[in-house]
Amino acid sequence: MILSKAEVEHVAKLAQLKLKDEEVERYLKQLSEIIDYNMSLLGQVKTDDVDPTAQVTGLETVVREDEPRPSLSQEEVLKNASQKENGYFITKAVLGE
Amino acid sequence: MIDSVLVNLTVRESRELLKNKKISSTELTKAFLARIKAVDEKVKAFVTLTPEVALEQAKTVDKFIQEGQELGTFSGIPGVIKDVFVTSGVRTTASSRILENFEPPYSATAVEKLLDQRMVLLGKANCDEFAMGASTENSAFFKTRNPWNLDYVPGGSSGGSAAAVAASEALFSIASDTGGSVRQPASFCGVVGLKPTYGRVSRYGLIAMASSLDTVGPITKNVFDSALVLQLIAGFDPNDSTTVSKEVPDYVSTLTKPIKNLKVGLPKEYFVKGIDPKVEKVVSSAIDKLAQLGAKIIEVSLPHTQYAVPTYYIIVPSEVSSNMARYDGIRFGQKRDKFGDEVKRRIMLGTYALSSGYYEAYYLKAAKVRTLIKKDFEEVFKKVDVLATPTTPTTAFKLGEKIEDPLTMYLSDVFTSPANLAGVPAISVPCGFVDHLPVGLQIIGPHFEEERILNLAYQYEQATDWSKVKPDIK
Repeated sequence: MILSKAEVEHVAKLAQLKLKDEEVERYLKQLSEIIDYNMSLLGQVKTDDVDPTAQVTGLETVVREDEPRPSLSQEEVLKNASQKENGYFITKAVLGE
Repeated sequence: MIDSVLVNLTVRESRELLKNKKISSTELTKAFLARIKAVDEKVKAFVTLTPEVALEQAKTVDKFIQEGQELGTFSGIPGVIKDVFVTSGVRTTASSRILENFEPPYSATAVEKLLDQRMVLLGKANCDEFAMGASTENSAFFKTRNPWNLDYVPGGSSGGSAAAVAASEALFSIASDTGGSVRQPASFCGVVGLKPTYGRVSRYGLIAMASSLDTVGPITKNVFDSALVLQLIAGFDPNDSTTVSKEVPDYVSTLTKPIKNLKVGLPKEYFVKGIDPKVEKVVSSAIDKLAQLGAKIIEVSLPHTQYAVPTYYIIVPSEVSSNMARYDGIRFGQKRDKFGDEVKRRIMLGTYALSSGYYEAYYLKAAKVRTLIKKDFEEVFKKVDVLATPTTPTTAFKLGEKIEDPLTMYLSDVFTSPANLAGVPAISVPCGFVDHLPVGLQIIGPHFEEERILNLAYQYEQATDWSKVKPDIK
């Protein structure tokens, strides 16, 4: 196995996913298999002098004029929120005591 | 006109009949609603039906026709939108429990352009959850079936879109293609699917999967209709900074250009073991047909083809893990425990591939191999005008056949994902059958040469009858 159980649990925590024990077991096996398959093939390719590609049509740093434009109303923005109050989203506290 | 005639029209034909007042949009819309009622219990292509919206739009268009107003190409034409495009006021789920009750406050640009012309929105099409999959079995709601044989998958992720068009439940669909999600289901269902160049069509309002690969394209009954849809949805959009300001050519008038002496490359890596010999035979006769039409067939090589799937399945999950971070259950949607199995698997894979200590070995390595895959296409298009390949190595597979084994499912993308990694346009056009299941011919072109692939696909289609054969849904 490429991944350990502890790594799977750590990754799940980073991704904010709560996994059941059987999911941890399953993903441990499947992730290891997929990574192993992918990397055993990609490992055959020499890429020492190759630049990485993330954008395929050559556009770079596209910006627009910094001008105010119409946007959605507060009501529309909040329409799908699970909890709201006085025009705000309600979230869990993100700062410590 | 009787319903069975109406639902078998194309966009082009319906438009002519509407313009000449031979039919009304209400009549056309009712025929489609009746067809959906009759067959969708079996096909299960629709996640959401919007008959009231549809009839209201049809009524308005009929009024415009009576008043002699100018019609847009899609005025009064019934279509279905893959449920990964947000539609203002119409529930948009991405076939996920997370968005089960999500009602977007705006519409995607591609949809907006159609709605501005008053297309008739019949509803939203089922797909793999967040477009992750190749069979539509990953939908959180239900499985869509292949109209040619209900025991088989329609392909994916745009399985609902392809099945709806194939089963004459809609005249066209707008769908998304990240690694083959338009072309593979089009191939499995015997319809036409076009993946445009990256940046040719706005993705604003397309629920993001893998942002460096996602594209928007039509699924239609024939190539002419595909050109009509692309004509409308292509172009720069200030709301999508990956769209280019390049002029949009006339895709329709160039369809009939002669293809004599067009150089068609056959990449030898697409005709190797792993491809069903019966599929290969069907595709080979399609290529013979291209030669008869005057095309010059030349064998070429794309040496990094076999690395496309492993590259794709490092890059995609990485981008997925980032895009899925927005689902926090606070601003919209439900909590993250509502994600389905494949979505969680990709988030896990991507989070791992991008995590400290692994980023260089996995993500960066894949991004470098992607450069080589892109260069393969650049080199080959110095020698030939287009490439012709099978869209998929097999015809549709049975429901349940691959769902337990993610790696086998991933290999369904072997012939379609390279075009996404390179950003080039590609179309799948029906080219025959193996054991009563459709086979697709894929034509790939250089960046922004949609004209050329549509032209060749159209000429091929005109010389054959495959697009006219309809499934008998039992």
